[in-house]
Amino acid sequence: MTPARTWARLLFAQWRESRARIAVTVLALALGTAMASAIHLVNRSALDEFEQAARRLAGEADLVVRGSPPGFPEALFAGVARLDGVAIASPVLELTVDGLTVVGLDPFRAAGVQPALFGELAGNLRDFFEPDGIFLSAAAAGQRQLRTGDRMDVLAGTTTRQLRVLGLLDANAYPRPLGVMDIAAAQWQFDRLGLLTRIDVRLEEGASTATVRAAIEALLPAGVVVMTPAIDSQRVASATRAYRTNLGMLALVAVLTGAFLVLTAQALSVLRRRGSLALLRALGVTRRELGRLLVAEGVVVGAIGAAIGVGLGQVIAYWTLRALAGDLGAGQLAVPGGTLAAKPLTWLIFIVTGALVAGLAAWLPAREAAARPPALALKSGDVDAGPAAARPFRVAFALIAAGAGLAFMPSVYGLPLFGYASIAALLFGGVLLVPSVAQGLLRAAPATRAAPLSLAVAQLRGAPAQASLGLAAIIVSFSLMVAMAIMVHSFRESFIDWLDTVLPADMQLRLQQGGNTAALGEREQAVIARQDGVSRAEFRRVVPLLLRPEAAPVTLIAADIDAHTAAQRLAILHAAPLPAGGETAPPVWVSEAMTDLYGVQAGAPLALPLAGREAVFRVAGVYREYGRSGGAVVIPRATYVAATGDRAVNEASLWLARGADPAAVARDLRAALALGDALQLRTTTEVRERSLANFDRAFIVTYALEAIAVLIGLLGVGVTAAATAFARRAEFGMLRHVGLLRRELALMLAGEGLLMSAIGVVFALALGGVLSLVLVYVVNRQSFLWSIDLAIPRLQLALLALALICAAAITTVVSGRAALGGDAVRAVREDW
Amino acid sequence: MRAARWPGVLAAVVAASMAAMSAAAAPVPGGSLPGEPQAVVPGYVMAFPRDHGSHPAFRTEWWYATGWLRTPAGEDLGFQITFFRSLQPAAARNPSAFAPHQILIAHAAISDPSRGRLWKDERIARAGFGLAEAREGDAAVWIDDWRLAHPGEVFEVRAPAQDFALELSLRERQPPLLNGEAGFSRKGATPLAASYYYSLPQLEVSGHVVREGRRVAVNGAAWLDHEWSSEPLEPGAVGWDWVSVNLGDGGALMAFRIRDAQGDVRWAGGTLRTGEGGTRHFGPDEIAFTPARRWRSPRTAVEYPVQWDVRAGELAIRLEPLMDDQESDTRRSTGAIYWEGAVRAYDGDREVGRGYLELTGYGEALTLR
Repeated sequence: MTPARTWARLLFAQWRESRARIAVTVLALALGTAMASAIHLVNRSALDEFEQAARRLAGEADLVVRGSPPGFPEALFAGVARLDGVAIASPVLELTVDGLTVVGLDPFRAAGVQPALFGELAGNLRDFFEPDGIFLSAAAAGQRQLRTGDRMDVLAGTTTRQLRVLGLLDANAYPRPLGVMDIAAAQWQFDRLGLLTRIDVRLEEGASTATVRAAIEALLPAGVVVMTPAIDSQRVASATRAYRTNLGMLALVAVLTGAFLVLTAQALSVLRRRGSLALLRALGVTRRELGRLLVAEGVVVGAIGAAIGVGLGQVIAYWTLRALAGDLGAGQLAVPGGTLAAKPLTWLIFIVTGALVAGLAAWLPAREAAARPPALALKSGDVDAGPAAARPFRVAFALIAAGAGLAFMPSVYGLPLFGYASIAALLFGGVLLVPSVAQGLLRAAPATRAAPLSLAVAQLRGAPAQASLGLAAIIVSFSLMVAMAIMVHSFRESFIDWLDTVLPADMQLRLQQGGNTAALGEREQAVIARQDGVSRAEFRRVVPLLLRPEAAPVTLIAADIDAHTAAQRLAILHAAPLPAGGETAPPVWVSEAMTDLYGVQAGAPLALPLAGREAVFRVAGVYREYGRSGGAVVIPRATYVAATGDRAVNEASLWLARGADPAAVARDLRAALALGDALQLRTTTEVRERSLANFDRAFIVTYALEAIAVLIGLLGVGVTAAATAFARRAEFGMLRHVGLLRRELALMLAGEGLLMSAIGVVFALALGGVLSLVLVYVVNRQSFLWSIDLAIPRLQLALLALALICAAAITTVVSGRAALGGDAVRAVREDW
Repeated sequence: MRAARWPGVLAAVVAASMAAMSAAAAPVPGGSLPGEPQAVVPGYVMAFPRDHGSHPAFRTEWWYATGWLRTPAGEDLGFQITFFRSLQPAAARNPSAFAPHQILIAHAAISDPSRGRLWKDERIARAGFGLAEAREGDAAVWIDDWRLAHPGEVFEVRAPAQDFALELSLRERQPPLLNGEAGFSRKGATPLAASYYYSLPQLEVSGHVVREGRRVAVNGAAWLDHEWSSEPLEPGAVGWDWVSVNLGDGGALMAFRIRDAQGDVRWAGGTLRTGEGGTRHFGPDEIAFTPARRWRSPRTAVEYPVQWDVRAGELAIRLEPLMDDQESDTRRSTGAIYWEGAVRAYDGDREVGRGYLELTGYGEALTLR
């Protein structure tokens, strides 16, 4: 047997006697890795589906001409088709019909751009020209339970049209729900004669993209852009990037807490095994070899934990995709029927990362252990001295200063990277301060006559390093939980305030969520306004508006609003004073995101493409908008109608007459308008409740991740308690010897646990409070482009803190009980 | 700018047109209902250039130019270019500018025996936006940059394709040859199975051919067929054999027969213009097609009679292909496999003319839905 194998046997033989410790460490790492990998896999699967679908739709297009709904004049198609260098111009009319994306295409032109999509249709070409025909992707047919030959009701304006399902696309042709129609049929059925929303362009071989792009640009009316199709396929990815990154970071916290646990467990185990480790050294194992062996131990534990975690993560991800369709709360990533791809490389990366993190965590105690002279360590009673014995004030303060500085840096590619760095720096700086703070607080602890308690204080004062080491994991996880709780609470309070402002009336009316083909004409508006029980109606036209090729469309809201009523309908943050000479240009109000994405400022002019022409407005104010993250512009409806001639609306707020019954009004309105399910009528209270429910659902995953991080932190407390108690068997024996009852010993342990966890929790509350400032003012603002007002959930935090202190105390007693049993005399003898 | 090169679609529409042609429902005489195709009836008086133009009220129409070309290096090439128009009654009431009232299809090929290959390509588009049109009044039909038009003295043909291009001018040297009864050409025993059909034989060709980027001047002789109808095939007809020959003495022969699934002849006909300018029309009894040699396609395993003895009245000629492999295969999507190629006409050992032969319905899988 080679020496290395002998040593390894010696080392790993000890694992057998500390199964519980190893198991807890593995479990902690597994939980952290499971959460992190599950979140990654779910988001990746959803994004892959979106990107594949977008690529299928873009096909082999080199350039895409795109305009906002309802679209641009179709004559542009002929103009683009005739340009030099254009091989194929394929006209497209995209519609959203009751949540289903429907593309109207000319199959002859589209076949050259989207061959994968159209290969299937070749045989059905004659059917394709049926004026009421639609082909459905397998996903769309499955979702709506439709089969070839079935009828499908759709809404165009306020008219219901019936389409016939002519056939299904192969599941491989397009993975997401999609309807395909002949472009002429789509224009006709949905009252979009003369309009297109997209032209896919394939270039002649050898044609310069830049030249053709410039030639196309010269033809485009305002509001229509030309871009490369990659931007389309990346749109969902970029729209959800901030949300996904934040969840990923949260999952990392679980891993990080797990790593702290490894550090704690390893440090204590090294302390406990100091005798046998010194023996190894005496047997000829060099200092370096010993260090390596201990790190290897950490790596093995880490790899095992991570491997279990990845397996668990796969199960969680599978379940999440099945149950939540892959949407972890952002609301934009739902992929019904999405599939979880096996990604061995991703698994490997997570396992290697887990092993590395654990190895790194084991490195610090390993170095300490290796550095200890064996002769000294072999002697018993070498209790004090842990890795955290040094008090790196300077490092701590440098980290905290750096963290404070980083909080003032701007976002990077729309991500609050410096914000995360700031949190990490503050967190580590804070943790490094724990021993000093603990000592300071213990010094201030009042003297007590009760022996067990004064013993507890004395013990903690004597060995603060060990105790605070045990607290590191719980401080990390709890301070982050505090910070998150404050952030979410602040957001929720701000959200409620905002809802109260934007939902003024008694009832809210909306047409067909997720559709853009339905609209209420003037006749229907009159019907609503004159309806018995309705005292007042304010109508809104909500349409997407494409301002920049690379950005998602902003939402244009044409509302019954003017300079005087703006403050009552919008949560205005900054209002621009009226210019001296009165209004120079018609006013608009922009959401906060507009200031970040488009550099729009209150008081500045803003050009908007309306009906193909640029119109200039004055930004009268910036308002808070939680409903539309891509940016929103509110424009007086009269101005909008004058510019576009579009008198239709798709939303309304209704004020009811005194004593009118909302249910009766809703019933009468439904009967009068006869729009079926497309008409959404809810009381304002109901809308408010639904919005809050959605809000809370969005944070479920967040809460789950926090809870897991805290659970891992508690495991850390338990491991520490168990290990220290074991190491202090002799001390307990001694105390029993001098007359302390076992009950009193337990009391002493509980006192220690209570004191330490109280110190930890109070410290974590303070640290979390500081971190919450970074979350609220930096991470949230930079991620989601809206501001929130700080609000502290005092009761929630107090209860949480209390529960955690108790849990920590109980954990300490339970973990230490093993060491309390046994024969006092033998325990004392063992050590001498 | 070009439309999709998409054999599947082309074949599908061809098949759809065929299906439409063989549909059982009789068209409304006079075609007064919107979207209902106009019927072909005897007594129509053809006038030119008006009838060179499109006849959009009829279900199907084609302009079909075939011929022989000679390069400066002395190579003989066959060429054909066809523009189909297909009326889609389903779209009649749709006011959209994209409504597919008329589908246009073009097919071009060069038979190149020196390289032993058939260059071919196709285009398909719905008529509209000036990008693809079939105009009335005089010949003017195009799909993007492919076109066949008669702007003045000559017919202009342009077809820039992937690996080759045709740029030809076809000049008339003879008046139009009206097939059947003054252009009323019967295709079956029932009077409804008929088309309006005239030919322009002995066209003088000049222009250029591009193959793999190399452009050479060519000249030769061509034949332009123009035919429109709403119901040219009877139910039960599965294919036809058709030939056009520019005879060396200045005369011209067109002969065809229509077969059913058993290979029996359901109808036949033909027209001969003699070297002196006289015209003779042949009925079903006067036309005989006798296969003399068969060739099996290595790709589709379909066997075509590529060499024939053809008799039209007293005239007897032997047809020999410029090359055996002039097959077009679109079986994958619709089962349409056909042979369409340049042939020489012999009287004994003496070459008496050159022309084009079209053989359809020999593929096992061919169905006319």
